Amino acid sequence: MIKREKRRYLALEVVSEQPLNEQIILDAVQASVHRLFGEYGASKANLKLIKFIPEKRQFVIRCSHKELEHVRAAIASTTAINGKNATIHVLGVSGTLKALSKKTQNS
Amino acid sequence: MKRFADLHLRVPLEDPSKAESMIRKASELGYNLVGIPLSPHATREEISQLRHICSDAKVDFATRVNFSPRTPNELLHSLRRLRRKFEIVAVRCHTKDVARQAAKDRRVDLLQFSVTNLRKRFFDEAEAELASQALSSLEIELAPILQLTSFSRVRLLSSLRREAATAERFKVPITLSSGATNEHFMRGPRDYAALTTLFDMSMSSALRALSETPWVTVERNRKKLSPDYVAPGIHVVGRKTGD
Repeated sequence: MIKREKRRYLALEVVSEQPLNEQIILDAVQASVHRLFGEYGASKANLKLIKFIPEKRQFVIRCSHKELEHVRAAIASTTAINGKNATIHVLGVSGTLKALSKKTQNS
Repeated sequence: MKRFADLHLRVPLEDPSKAESMIRKASELGYNLVGIPLSPHATREEISQLRHICSDAKVDFATRVNFSPRTPNELLHSLRRLRRKFEIVAVRCHTKDVARQAAKDRRVDLLQFSVTNLRKRFFDEAEAELASQALSSLEIELAPILQLTSFSRVRLLSSLRREAATAERFKVPITLSSGATNEHFMRGPRDYAALTTLFDMSMSSALRALSETPWVTVERNRKKLSPDYVAPGIHVVGRKTGD
């Protein structure tokens, strides 16, 4: 039987003065993963944007659980989006969206 | 639950509002202790003001001094004068002689090396062996990894990989700190731990370098600076006042 690939969901918060949309954010995270780990690493990370809450500047992305630390490192190393200063903080990590929403509500 | 510490939060002391917002940010990010570098001539008022801000932000505060001596004699002179004034003493080693002296001196807590001039990173096997016999640990600042780009970052990561492996081999503790000068370069402890995977530190070692190692250093020094401390293993347990 083929094992299903495990995933991790990350709740993130962007600190930036510019207006942002989901595509800009996903591009920034993907560019950061690509810059640090190359095309091979980016393909293994298997990033996908799940949810974007513009009013809170929070979003949820999904990645492969094996690449979690690499994705986290890439997110932490993001210092600019579209050439302007920006920081992305990880609010929580979980294996399911339900547990993630509980975690981020508690924090 | 782990208690995280950032022993090198470089808050602008001349701007109290910015200093306060950085300290609050550190608390929000999950740090329980911040080490703030002060001038060797820092007054009691400055220290008590920072202590007050930190207690408002519900974060512990450790006083720190950074030395950048040019000669081993200058280092010894500074240590004699200031060791008992600060909870953390870090030495930025610009020459090999200073690096060797700092590594073997038990009054030095943290060894720092240049992040821009990699020829001045003297943390090799000999340095690690000296440091392993004393109490000093290797400090790795993580903000420069965020600030540097392309080849300068590649070269820094390469040096850090070699040094982290040497430190582990010689059992020299590693302390990770932010070295952040503004909020833009501040990250949570687990994000910094993830960044260390870039130079092949394991997550467990990285988390230890952000929690247990700095706390052990600060608590050991607090004990030594306490008026009840007499010598290693001996301290005053009570005093009786005579009539």
